[in-house]
Amino acid sequence: MPIELYLNVALGGVLTGLVYGLMALGLSVIFGVVRVVNFAHGEMMTLAMYAAVMLFVYFKLDPLLLMLPIMAALFLFGYAMQTAVINPFITRPEHSQFILLVAIAIIMINSLLMFFGPNARNVLVDYAYDSYQIGPILLDKVRVIAALAALAVAAALFAFFRYAPTGKAIRACADNNRGALVVGLNVKRLYALTFGLGSACVGAAGCMMVLLVDVTPMLGPTYTLLAFVIVIVGGLGSMGGALLGGLLVGVSEALAGLVLTPSAKSMVTFALLILVLLLRPQGLLGRKA
Amino acid sequence: MSGPRRAAPGGRARVLLGLLLALLMLLPFVVNPYLLSVLTLILYLAYVGQAWNVMMGFAGQLSLGHSLYVGLGAYVSAALFVHYGVPPALGFLAAILVALVFGAAIGFLAFRFGVSGVYFALLTIAFAEFTRIGFDHFDWVGGSGGFFLKVAQRDYNDLVNLRGSPEMFYYLLLAMTAGCFLLCHRLMQSRIGFYWLAIREDQEAAQAVGIDVFRYKMLAVMLSAALASLAGVFTAFFNNNLFPFQIFGIEKSIEIILGPIIGGLGTLFGPILGAFVLTVLAEGLRGTMEALGVVLPGVKQVFYGICLLFVIMFLPHGIWPSLRRRLGLDSDGGR
Amino acid sequence: MTSTSSKSARRLPGVTRRTFTGSAIAAAAVAGVAPFNIVRGQAAALKVGVILPKSGPQAFFGQSCQRGIDIAPALLAEMGYNVKLDVTSVDFETNVDLARSRAEKLVNDGAHVLIGPFDSGAAGAIAQVAEQKGVPFMINIAAAPQITEQGYKYVFRNFPTAPMLIGNGLSLMKEFFKATGATPKTAVFMHVNDTFGQASARGVEALFPRLDMPFKILETISYDPAARDLSVEVAKAKASGAEMVMLVSRLNDSILLVREMVKQRFEPMGIISPGSPGMYEEQFFTTLGKFSEYCVTNVPWYNPKSEIAQKVAGAFRKQFPNDRLIGHIFNVGFSFESMMIVADAYQRAKSTNGQALAEALRATKIDKRVMIGGAIQFNEKGQATTIASAALQNRNLEPKVVLPAEAQELKPVFPVPGWNNRG
Repeated sequence: MPIELYLNVALGGVLTGLVYGLMALGLSVIFGVVRVVNFAHGEMMTLAMYAAVMLFVYFKLDPLLLMLPIMAALFLFGYAMQTAVINPFITRPEHSQFILLVAIAIIMINSLLMFFGPNARNVLVDYAYDSYQIGPILLDKVRVIAALAALAVAAALFAFFRYAPTGKAIRACADNNRGALVVGLNVKRLYALTFGLGSACVGAAGCMMVLLVDVTPMLGPTYTLLAFVIVIVGGLGSMGGALLGGLLVGVSEALAGLVLTPSAKSMVTFALLILVLLLRPQGLLGRKA
Repeated sequence: MSGPRRAAPGGRARVLLGLLLALLMLLPFVVNPYLLSVLTLILYLAYVGQAWNVMMGFAGQLSLGHSLYVGLGAYVSAALFVHYGVPPALGFLAAILVALVFGAAIGFLAFRFGVSGVYFALLTIAFAEFTRIGFDHFDWVGGSGGFFLKVAQRDYNDLVNLRGSPEMFYYLLLAMTAGCFLLCHRLMQSRIGFYWLAIREDQEAAQAVGIDVFRYKMLAVMLSAALASLAGVFTAFFNNNLFPFQIFGIEKSIEIILGPIIGGLGTLFGPILGAFVLTVLAEGLRGTMEALGVVLPGVKQVFYGICLLFVIMFLPHGIWPSLRRRLGLDSDGGR
Repeated sequence: MTSTSSKSARRLPGVTRRTFTGSAIAAAAVAGVAPFNIVRGQAAALKVGVILPKSGPQAFFGQSCQRGIDIAPALLAEMGYNVKLDVTSVDFETNVDLARSRAEKLVNDGAHVLIGPFDSGAAGAIAQVAEQKGVPFMINIAAAPQITEQGYKYVFRNFPTAPMLIGNGLSLMKEFFKATGATPKTAVFMHVNDTFGQASARGVEALFPRLDMPFKILETISYDPAARDLSVEVAKAKASGAEMVMLVSRLNDSILLVREMVKQRFEPMGIISPGSPGMYEEQFFTTLGKFSEYCVTNVPWYNPKSEIAQKVAGAFRKQFPNDRLIGHIFNVGFSFESMMIVADAYQRAKSTNGQALAEALRATKIDKRVMIGGAIQFNEKGQATTIASAALQNRNLEPKVVLPAEAQELKPVFPVPGWNNRG
């Protein structure tokens, strides 16, 4: 097969991988601080995708412009969920948290089914079919834009955690929970903030994803699983790791589709996950616990 | 987490258990075929929940990919039957063997490389998903097109070939569940049970007092896998058709673990109670929706999710521990 | 639980709450509330239990089939069937285990015949219940060939098996090329790797050499049914250099595929399905707009020139004014036909007895039908044999019959215009 083909496919994988990375970033941030694995992550993204579709239908606005209000809405949603439901579970064992979030996921999926019906919905922007041609390389415009937006959101989040006082406080809280309590930080509020931020992240990812795939109520579980794989590969709790994991999964899946039969390409993803878990269980960029 | 009690089962608990067993044995004579199918479903979930409970409830190893072992058991026994005419009465041994090998491999890799907690749980999901996609492309057993067993006869009960009436399948499951219950009871009373408890509560301390943690964790995984594979054999011959996404899917793994957690993790009776409560809840919600004329798809599942949410929020140790207290069975041993 | 206790449970709604904490039997009584209540007491209503996946991954199709069931009773009466049908529809949530227990419940509540379920796995499970209880089971849609190979006496299927479907589709493809005067020399075969897709792929593999097809398959690409992104698959197809794309798809993946083909500027002579959903469905048109045009699907279809089909269309529009018929007609057509076959058999059997109904079903011969094909008839296995396929080509945002000639609405176009040369 010609080299251009590999190059094209790999570049496509990079672009998609960045969007995956942003989605997983939300999960990673939440776990890194709150230590709760959000098993309803994909469902939250589905929620954001539906929000984007609805707003697009009513206001004819590009989902990327809608990103801010949807991020804000998801932030509030995450904040409220952490405060009301998840907070008492922070000290509970993992299986308890798991069931809680599975229950939330079931409720979310089926509420969406009730309200929107089973049909796939989508957003049709006028550049949906455009692509850039650079020599033999063909780049999909939507993917390029989505990937750039993903990078921008990720950069904003990095900056927040590095420079903003609240961001620093959250990091302190993640590094040393008891210490944070001792110095008088409102840990409960910080947790809620973090859950909100993680949710906003996945909200942003949803706005980009809706440009790439059509949304149905049942979309969530696949993405929850995907987000997990990415975060574990990159390092649970590591923000850079989530982006790196997204890239790796995006590219390896794309190339595996070329080499193997495409329907088996997710096997490579899971094989990657198994390898990372065995050889470097903390993930590629994760810190040893 | 409520620990398994060590006390020998008291008289009262024994009597209640005997009564329950007698009731379950008599039920097929009085209930209609629909309720029998619901009871079969309850027993199935109780059995497979019990199998999972060995690994998580007793030894503290969270597996979210238990459908792997169920699926392997199903496919191995079904493939032997279809391709070589090996009856399930023999094929189940092969199913157990394959599940043991997989369980051992996963356990070995995970425990040798120090994978634990959430990471271990995700590793089990990864193996289950990996296997699912593998079976999607495994033409010898039909791939994603499905693997169909010949439904030859149903006129008389043939336990060797697992062909017969729903009642036969019900009693088979009842026997499996009771057997599994007894096995777990014996294990919990034994040295192994104590070691598991020690490992579950504090692995490092267990190590420090000289327990071979690796060995006993392996034992839990393998035993749990073997037990789960038998549920697969049952499924294969009860349903007579197998599809990778339906048997290895993560939804199935979740279904397996809901019962024991809702019922009471690490208790002997929890998985049975959990399976019962969840199944009756689901069927009851369906019936109620139908009676009320609610036809909007999804409503029932939303209510189901809300119920699940409330149980896990307000009964963190599951239903059985608090029910046990009310029934005054607490001193009787942890069932 | 017999119907006595179920009835009392309904009369006393207060029971509902108590039974949740009550004993096993009492709790299950809630679930046992008999839903067949509309015509109880009146004579001779046939109780029809309908099992469809109205939630879960196949929710769309289950809900679509339900529409065909819903319009049936009134329309059948209007068509002169003098039978009472008491229909109860249940949702099996796209879960095979549940399909089985739902079937048990319907039979237990007195269903005389079962209809459903748009899914081969569920059909296999329900068939076993039907067979055990001696209740006829009329399969509306499900293509796995094994279901009617089990020697069942009570199972009937008014839908082609995957090999039949593919055989019809491939033959029609040859006619299609003949009619347009253009034949591709090579093709790439893309198929979704789920139950249906794999059964179809096996059909293609087996039938392709036997049917003496005029083109060669350069490469077969199978892809994941839950695929999020099909860019690699399309890149691979494009790189194969094939002149045509032969596609066995579902809905979402067919949309993703065409979109990717546009983006990657892959312009084959055309996209032809030998028999699969996807490209004729409403969502395909609304999402892809002009890019949905000219795709061809060879699939069983309603005969726009049939009188009954027009009545079905009218009834559908009246009852579901917000839905576009064309997006549902495949599911609605087969589901309605199931009801019609059952009503017809009941009229002849004059009995709700399972065996009598099964015998009547086996003797079915209905000349005027909704779908294209010969009279509705079943062979000794209970399999319908006369369902034909039509070649549909998407034109002006609607699937139009271009072949066979007797149902033709428009003349076929092939090779199709390039992506950028469309209105």
